[in-house]
Amino acid sequence: MGLLDFFRRQPPSAQVAKERLRIIVAQERGARGGPDYLPLLRRELLEVIRKYVNVDPEAVVINLERDQGHEVLELSVALPEKIQAAKAAAAAAKS
Amino acid sequence: MTEIIVVTSGKGGVGKTTTSASIACGLASRGKKVAVIDFDIGLRNLDLIMGCERRVVYDFVNVINGECTLKQALIKDKRLETLFVLAASQTRDKDALTADGVERVLDELRAENFDYVLCDSPAGIEKGAHLAMYFADRAIVVVNPEVSSVRDSDRILGLLASKTKLAEGGNGRVQEHLLLTRYSPKRVASGEMMGVEDVKEILGLDVVGVVPESTDVLSASNAGTPVILNENSDVSRAYQDAVSRLLGETVPLRFVDEPKRGFFARLFGG
Repeated sequence: MGLLDFFRRQPPSAQVAKERLRIIVAQERGARGGPDYLPLLRRELLEVIRKYVNVDPEAVVINLERDQGHEVLELSVALPEKIQAAKAAAAAAKS
Repeated sequence: MTEIIVVTSGKGGVGKTTTSASIACGLASRGKKVAVIDFDIGLRNLDLIMGCERRVVYDFVNVINGECTLKQALIKDKRLETLFVLAASQTRDKDALTADGVERVLDELRAENFDYVLCDSPAGIEKGAHLAMYFADRAIVVVNPEVSSVRDSDRILGLLASKTKLAEGGNGRVQEHLLLTRYSPKRVASGEMMGVEDVKEILGLDVVGVVPESTDVLSASNAGTPVILNENSDVSRAYQDAVSRLLGETVPLRFVDEPKRGFFARLFGG
C-alpha cells in the first residue's frame, strides 16, 4: 500500500461480505429442517390475506416449532397501521 | 477401526480433490492404511491429481456391479506403500451409484483393516455428493474465503446434520471440520478477504487447516504429484498441519498472518 492509497481507503469489502453472509446464513438456517411446503403455504396465505387487506409481503411470518411429540405452526400477520387506525375510527363513529 | 472421512464443499472448484489427495497422502505417510475414493461419477479426476490415470483398469462402479473384485480395482500408490486409490467411473448413468453398493465397498474396506477411507465428494448436492457423505464419521468441509463458497458450505452442513446415516439413526452426528483453501493473508490484512475468524464465526466450525493460495497447487496437479509431497511448499506444510490435527494433535495455525513489513516498505509500497 502506497502513501496515496492510505488517504483514499474504502470500507473493507471483507466486512461487507461477512455481514451479508451472517444475515443470509441465519435466514437459511431458520428455514432448514421445516417441511418443504412452508414457503408455498406462506405465499398462498399471503395471497388470501391480500384479497382483504393490503399487507406487506414481509408481514406474514410462519414459524414451525417442535416440542416433544408435537409441532406448532405459528402464523403471525402484521396489519398495516393505517387500516387499523381507519377501522378504529369507523368503530368509534358507529357507537 | 476404520474411519470414513468425506471431503465436501457444495461449491465446485474450491479444492476438494486437491485436499482429498493431499490428506490421503499425509495420513499414509504416517503409516496409516488409507483408501481414497472418487465419488464424482462421470467426471473422474482424482486419478489425474494422484498421477495414476494410466493405471485405472477397473473403477468404483465396476466393483459395485460385481464386475471385478475390490482388490482388482484398488490402485496401489507408487510412492506410498499404504495408500490406495479407487477411481470414479466414466459412465453417464446417474444411477450407477447405489447406497447398498457403496456400503458394501466400505464394509469390505473395513474388513481389510483400512485405517481411513477418504470420500472425495463431487460438487453440488445430488446423488454422488449425498452418497459420499452418507456413511461418513467425519467431514472436512473445504471452503474458500468468499461469499458463495461459505454459503454453499453452510447448506452442506445442514445436510451433514440430517441426511447421513449417523444423523438418521440418531447415533450422534458427523464430526465436522473446516478447511480453508486459497487463503491470502495479504488480502485478509488489507480487508479485501474474509479471515479465518470471520468464516469460523459464520459457520461455527473448528478449523482443521488453512491452506494459502499458491502457484504450487497448479504445478502439482500438472505433474500428478499431490501438493503435500512438495516439501518446499507452504501448501504442503499447511496440509501436513491439517493431517496432524485430524490425528488429534494440537498444532498452531500457520500462514494466516502477513509477514510484518517495515515502516518504509509500507509507506512507499512494494
